[in-house]
Order: sequence, then C-alpha cells, then structure tokens
Amino acid sequence: MSSMSEKEQSTTHKIGIYLWIWGLLFVLSFFSYMVDWYQFQGLLRWSLILLFMFLKAGLIMAFFMHLFWERYALVNVLLWPMTAIGCFIFLMVAEFKYTVFTRLFYFVVGGQ
Amino acid sequence: MSDPKIEGYEFKPGFKGMAQDTGSDQTMFKGVHWGKAMMWIFLLSDTFIFSCFLISYMKGRGSTLIDWPNTSEVFSLHVGSTPVPLLLIAIMTFVLITSSGTMALAVKYGYEKNRKMCGWLILATAIGGLTFVGMQAFEWSKLIHEGVRPWENPFGAKQFGSFFFMITGFHGTHVSIGVIFLFIYAYKTFKGHYDEGKRGWFTTMKGNYVEIEILGLYWHFVDLVWVFIFAFFYLW
Repeated sequence: MSSMSEKEQSTTHKIGIYLWIWGLLFVLSFFSYMVDWYQFQGLLRWSLILLFMFLKAGLIMAFFMHLFWERYALVNVLLWPMTAIGCFIFLMVAEFKYTVFTRLFYFVVGGQ
Repeated sequence: MSDPKIEGYEFKPGFKGMAQDTGSDQTMFKGVHWGKAMMWIFLLSDTFIFSCFLISYMKGRGSTLIDWPNTSEVFSLHVGSTPVPLLLIAIMTFVLITSSGTMALAVKYGYEKNRKMCGWLILATAIGGLTFVGMQAFEWSKLIHEGVRPWENPFGAKQFGSFFFMITGFHGTHVSIGVIFLFIYAYKTFKGHYDEGKRGWFTTMKGNYVEIEILGLYWHFVDLVWVFIFAFFYLW
C-alpha cells in the first residue's frame, strides 16, 4: 500500500539478466523434451524430469517474478506454504501402493 | 523491483527486515503496492488448487490397476508419415516460455517508462498466449476425435481422460483470462494510462506501471504451472 505518489525509486535490472534466464529456460525445456525423445526410463527419467522442472520453476520464480530481489517477509510467506503442500503431495503419492493393495485385497476377499 | 520508500520508515534487508516487517505497525509488507501483495496471495491460493489436482492425479495414476496410456504416443503428431512424440506439447512449451520472456521485458520497460516498447511487448505476450490457447484447442479436438472422453478412452486407464481435461482445461482457462487482460493492458499502455495516472474501471487507484508487474506475476505463474503439468502429465 501507500505507493501512490511517493518518490518512485524503482530501479530496473539490466536486460542481460532477463535474456540469460530466457535462454536458460529454452535450453532446460529442450533438455526435458530430450528426456522423452531418447526414451530414458526408470529412475534416470524421473530424476532428470524433476531436476529440469525444479530448475525451470526456480528460475521463473526467482528472476521473472523478481522473488530473488524481494524482501524476506514476502519470500517466506510464499515458500513455506508451498513447502508444506509439497510434503502433502509426497505423503499422498507415497501411499498409492497401499491404495492398490487394499483395492486388490477387498476385490479378492470381499469386504465384510 | 524495489518498492517505493516511505517517510520515516527504513527497511532493513534480510531476516531482520523480515522480523521488522512481520511485526510492524498496522500493515505487513510496508511500501509494497497492495495490488502486488494481493496478487501474490491469490497466486499462493491458486497454487493450492493446482496442487489438489496434482495430488489427485498422482494418486489416481498410481493406484489404477490398468496401464496408464503412453503419453509419448497419445500426444504424438505426424510429420509426413513419421510420428514425432510430444511435438505439439513441445511447441506449446516453447511458445509459453517465449511469451513469459516478452512479459518480463515488458515489466522492465514499463518501469523505465518506455511506453511504446512496453506496449509492443505486452501485445507480443498476448499473441503468444493466444497461440497457446489455439494449439490447446487443436489438441483437445484431436483427442476428442480419437475417442478420449472424461469417462473412457481407447488407450488405457479410464481416469486418463478426466484428469487430462480437468488439468489442462483449468490451465487453459487461466491462459485465456490472462490473454484477455493482456490485450486490455496493451491498449491501456498504448493509450498512456500509466504515464498519466488515469484511473481504472473498478478502482480509484491511479494508473501506474506497477500494474504491469502485477499482470506479469500472473502471467509468469501460468507459465510456472505449465512447467509442472509438462513434467508430471506429459513427460512422466
């Protein structure tokens, strides 16, 4: 609030940094496409996909959304809830085998 | 971008500044434009919605007993007679990243009060977004022709269709809304509303180039969500 007509001191960043991040995003997207192109499978595929995904997401948030230059109060307000929901996703995904197990079990035994 | 200074309030960097900001008098995020803070809060809540989709998708995909369709084949395009896996999705990704880059530059030129450059870049972003929505419409119609429905599909597990239409549909809606606002903001920029401080339609707030940054935050978020959809839905 209250940014109506105070002395505007907004400094902008050099164009180079945006072009660099832009280029990096292209390269990372190309790499993640290559993961599918060469049909990597198993753990290698997973780790590469996740690595490129987090790098891209981090670059976009840090530099395109200016989070790297923002105050810590804002950064923390955003990143802690996201971390929590990341844990939630992990917990739910870690449980899917149990879901399959109960489904199969009750299909065979029948629920009583 | 650095926020404007407030009289009699000195902002400290780092964790000290965070403690000072969180425990400050009357308002948090002192000196941050309220629209920007609210956009961040909105984006955080939007993250929660997309995370709910992600949880249900992962769980649904993990716990189905029938094999999941091979996305690499389902989303392939034929160039001549050879199928190229995920071609359309790759192009869509590049289009969206391109529009994200132009938006970042538009924000930069906006703060430098370079009206023309800012306007053209927002227009380029809008056209990129429009291209993306167009390609998504093409993808949807292609899959619907192939018999993919929310309740069944010829490729494998039945849940595939419902997750696909729900997740990409929700993302596509975000892109479409973004495109509409991009065109409006391009018009307002060219008209010079942000230079003159002309008031908007629903607000008494005076026009300011910070609005371009707020729009930019939304647009980058749309790109961010696509990064996750691309990884989890198409590549997995």
